[in-house]
Amino acid sequence: MRNIFLFIRQHFNLLLFLFLQIFSIYLIVSYSKYHNAVFAESFNKVTGKINSRYNNINQYFHLKKMNDSLIRVNENLYNKLKSDFSIPDSATQLQIDSLKLDSFSTFKKYSYLSARVVSNSVTNQINYIVLDRGKKDNLKEGMGIIDPYGNAVGIIVGVNQDYAIVMSLLHKDSHISGKLYKTGETGTLLWDGKDPETLILSGISKSAKICKGDMIITSGFSTAFPLGIKIGSVTKVYNEKASNNFKIFCKSATNFYNLTYVYIIQNKDQDGVTAMLEKVKGQQ
Amino acid sequence: MTGVFKNIIRFVIIVFFQVFVLDKIILHQMITPYLYFIFILWLPFKINRSMLMLIGFLLGYTIDGFRYQPGFHAAACVLVAYIRPFIINLLISQQGAESNYNEPSIKSMGGITPYFFYIGILVLIHNAWLFLLESWQFADVGYFFIKTMLSSLLSFMLILVTEMLFSRNQKFKTNTI
Repeated sequence: MRNIFLFIRQHFNLLLFLFLQIFSIYLIVSYSKYHNAVFAESFNKVTGKINSRYNNINQYFHLKKMNDSLIRVNENLYNKLKSDFSIPDSATQLQIDSLKLDSFSTFKKYSYLSARVVSNSVTNQINYIVLDRGKKDNLKEGMGIIDPYGNAVGIIVGVNQDYAIVMSLLHKDSHISGKLYKTGETGTLLWDGKDPETLILSGISKSAKICKGDMIITSGFSTAFPLGIKIGSVTKVYNEKASNNFKIFCKSATNFYNLTYVYIIQNKDQDGVTAMLEKVKGQQ
Repeated sequence: MTGVFKNIIRFVIIVFFQVFVLDKIILHQMITPYLYFIFILWLPFKINRSMLMLIGFLLGYTIDGFRYQPGFHAAACVLVAYIRPFIINLLISQQGAESNYNEPSIKSMGGITPYFFYIGILVLIHNAWLFLLESWQFADVGYFFIKTMLSSLLSFMLILVTEMLFSRNQKFKTNTI
């Protein structure tokens, strides 16, 4: 017993060093899969507040750019106005109304909520975006985020009362279902941690016909994004000899460098679908 | 007591500078400017080694808090804090410089060369360990090596500039050893 105490006293520094290293690595490993609730709740309360103060000041320098983007988005929306489309003449033709319910809201599956980016990074291999909306705005984990131009940005992974943390597409654990717009093949979108403008689409079989410049959109298979949100365009098709699939490099449509405002996509069916998935997984 | 107070202020300023100035600068994906661990390099000679490691952990954990991913910087800072005394013992040429001066600097380490080595080795260790932890799933040796080298070079220059801007007057305390 005495020897143990002597050993600890002699090598106290080494033991403390090993303990702190192992503790840090434990934090890294445990956080990347299931986010650490204590860390998110306690630390983000402090850093989130400081970050949003900083952001308030910083925003003044981007007002011009933000104005431009708003005008462009507005233009987009004007083009979608119902009053701009002429309705086919139904007075002379007999038409049967097949809709059972004519309320618009029951058919609306996705709703959008704006949010301000409080902090963002692109240079790390693990990049998170923090938004100034949280549980009080009914945000949940798994909701998708798009930028004002309608390009995919990421998925919410952690929510506390006032802030939400988004795993951006530039994250080594990010897996988003992507689809080739032209031919319709679906694959998984990854990031290799190098260039913040280049994403990788994997899982597309070699039978697919791909050209440079093809658009990649979300597949709508997950509850996070509806079908047809733009992700990027193909820049290079790499023929992997070892596998049956292409490795497709694409330029991301989102500019991650200057995100200031984003939209959160709220899916009305999200809870139902995830609950069903859990149930099926539990049965197996 | 004034030393502790000075170091607390230094801690806050360095963390804020790292988070709100250096982290906002996007140079290239290969180059990340890191300066915050200069706090560990500037701590007094006569600090308890376990205390040094705990301070290192606290510093790293604070930076991690702003990046929403705990562990990476904490691990790197603890390693730097653990190795620091060994490097100082190796590099100091003057007998009893630790007791004559308060903090490591060009003057107290006895010349430019030992101090540059002191900074250079610890910068390399910090960046290498940090990028290794960040990228061990990618297993790309060339990328890791180039990123470590370029970032370390930038960190080294940043530390030198900081050293020139904020000259710390190291008083010669005593000559009785």
